[in-house]
Amino acid sequence: MNSFLNTSRPPVFCPGCTHERITKSLDAALIKMGIPDHKTVIVTDIGCSGLFDTFFNVHALHGVHGRALTYAAGLKLADPSLNVIVTMGDGGMGIGGAHVLSACRKNMDLTLIILNNFNFGMTGGQYSATTPSDAVVGSEFLNQAEIPMDICGVVESAGASYVSRISGMDDGLSDELVSAMKHKGFSVVETLGLCTGRYTKRNQLTPKVIDQMIEQRPSPGGVIEKNQRPEYGDRYRQLAKEKGKFPDPFVVKKQFDMPDARRHEVVILGSAGMRIVTAGDMVCFAGISGGLNVSIKNDYNITVLRGQSVSEILLSPEKIGYTGIESPTVVLALSDEGVARRQKIFATLSPDTYVLKEASVAIPDTPAQVEEIDFKAMKIKKTDWALASLAVLAKHEIVLNKDMLVFALKSRFNEKVFNLSMETVNKIL
Amino acid sequence: MASVFMEGNEAVARGAMAAGCNFFAGYPITPATTIFNNMLKMLPPRDGVCIQGEDEIASMGYCIGASMAGKKVLTATSGPGISLYSEHISFAIGSEIPLVIANVQRLGPSTGSATRGADSDIQFMRWGSTSGAPVIVLAPKDAKDCLELTVHAFNFAEEFRCPVFIASNKEIGMTKESFDMDDLNLPPLVERTPYTGTGPYVPFAADPEKAPPFLPIGGTTLVRQTSSTHGPDGYITIDPQIIAAMQQRLHTKLTAAMDRITLYEETMVPDTDTLVISYGITSRAVTDAATALAAKGRPVSTLSLKTLWPVPEALLAEKAARFKKIVVIEMNLGQYVNEIKRVLCGKPVKFYGQMNGTMIPPAKIMETIENE
Repeated sequence: MNSFLNTSRPPVFCPGCTHERITKSLDAALIKMGIPDHKTVIVTDIGCSGLFDTFFNVHALHGVHGRALTYAAGLKLADPSLNVIVTMGDGGMGIGGAHVLSACRKNMDLTLIILNNFNFGMTGGQYSATTPSDAVVGSEFLNQAEIPMDICGVVESAGASYVSRISGMDDGLSDELVSAMKHKGFSVVETLGLCTGRYTKRNQLTPKVIDQMIEQRPSPGGVIEKNQRPEYGDRYRQLAKEKGKFPDPFVVKKQFDMPDARRHEVVILGSAGMRIVTAGDMVCFAGISGGLNVSIKNDYNITVLRGQSVSEILLSPEKIGYTGIESPTVVLALSDEGVARRQKIFATLSPDTYVLKEASVAIPDTPAQVEEIDFKAMKIKKTDWALASLAVLAKHEIVLNKDMLVFALKSRFNEKVFNLSMETVNKIL
Repeated sequence: MASVFMEGNEAVARGAMAAGCNFFAGYPITPATTIFNNMLKMLPPRDGVCIQGEDEIASMGYCIGASMAGKKVLTATSGPGISLYSEHISFAIGSEIPLVIANVQRLGPSTGSATRGADSDIQFMRWGSTSGAPVIVLAPKDAKDCLELTVHAFNFAEEFRCPVFIASNKEIGMTKESFDMDDLNLPPLVERTPYTGTGPYVPFAADPEKAPPFLPIGGTTLVRQTSSTHGPDGYITIDPQIIAAMQQRLHTKLTAAMDRITLYEETMVPDTDTLVISYGITSRAVTDAATALAAKGRPVSTLSLKTLWPVPEALLAEKAARFKKIVVIEMNLGQYVNEIKRVLCGKPVKFYGQMNGTMIPPAKIMETIENE
């Protein structure tokens, strides 16, 4: 096959820059791969390594500094048939470190070529994540206070399934790139090269020194046995296939005529673990089954397992506008924490408001009518108090009746949980 | 009658599915997380991809890659995540990559209040990218709107090849409510216009008022995509004429279609002198306030905006023309009111806004109007 190089856009690197050698080696590798141009994408980011996509006649996506791997992952997940190659400098690798680590852990079938020339060339030779501490760079002394990162060591420990380090001037580079591309999984090839414009003038870096660096820290050798595992996309698709069916929206049909189909504002004041939100849902299901419009807002601590749990429910024959509680018709006071969270409302309640108070709960003074019930004495567990209080409402036919409550429980629960719930409900009714 | 019962976030997910969304990437954040949870249940059975990015920046990057491969993509976050999305929103604007972003707003600035609502990011969504090029922002007021407007958002993203925001809010996203599915009014689906010409494909060649036709990365024709300032050929350019034409087109492709992009609801009552303008969750309290005021013999008219950006200037000017007084209510300390003042230059505009983590009650709106 002919070259993939874009003859209308020849490489524009500084004389002696290793990137030009790598460009040619990548072209040779693509020729050896023998796959059509439209099945390869070169994804790049910023800097001299970011010029790569323009030099090739393949699909090209050039984006923001350090983020190339994220576009590549999106492309590969969308179209698994693509040969996706990412080029990134030591700068992009540093700024996009989280993406490099994530790509290693995912093991998506991408080939990342890191063009490590030990500095930010395009912006003036500042130090990067791989600059030696004793190098002379454009960042004054700052690199002396840090140590460089061992790219191969990091990606190997993060789970990359193919890792190698090679001189960008090595005659074997194209073969190395071919084996990286052929590996099904995340491949990282770190190439070491010269930045003649910004780095080599001030530092003793020659092709020979690079060879010595590689000898001192040899390549991990390509396939990392301990990191072999299924490719991410394959694994995702396999797991996705095993996962359930499309969840249809939850629909409730009107089936009851409410004796008292007026607007209600119900506030349930409880604590985490008391199934307050579930009880709130039950009131809503019951309301819809009675032909009402409903809304529910829940308030609970983000620590979830402790603190208040408050549900605020509106039921209305009219379309619900403002979803806040303005004048509650029902307040269920089931825990001190819940009451503390809304204690200001008690003084504002109307004499018509029905307040159910569990015997152990203290509430502020209120003009509302208060019924005290000792659920504990009835041997109802705290986790069922919210449910039991709905049964009390059903008994008085406030907001809902028994049929509506049973319908709501049946809608939400499986047979076993429904039967258990009915045991509690029947203690009240 | 049968009603569905769902929160706004689930409705956004269902809207996305109805629009043909087949890719989601996001990162957990309250109060937007349940959009991700819902997409994770809905996409796999429909052969879609739903993944959790390592951060917000990555999530948008995944979406950009998938969109360029031809997928319809959604992501969801809240204010702190929009901050991180910023660099990729700029990329998507400048490089005409269709994306839908659900921003379930919470109280800011910064980390703000994770579980408290506010329309915090109204200006941020419009201006939180480099260059100032426009985006489309749609504001739902309830769960049903979340579903419908998400379909519109996908349609706009596909047609105009740009990011489209759903400006939701904790108070809509995490409030469950009932609505009748038979009342849904979904627009016909719009698909990205594919390039069908016979000549060589020039990826950003377009009419001066339109988005360019699309071909996916991975198809048989080679595609170039770049975040850099580019000419029609997709290569970086410094030619002032080419740059100017591209930048202008990013503006005019949206402003020229303003009529179609403008979505709103109104209740115009004859012989009223006051028009109350609002959007999002607040417009529901405005409706309640208007009903109560009418009962007191002080009726007002209302305009609820569903398209916030680009500013529907013609609509605002036309609707406000006959009113003596304009009242604007917002769940922030005044972000959109200045746009309304700008458009209605010279007209008296009264404003009430609050940002304390609670919704504005109808009584406060009535008070604002009555104290006129």
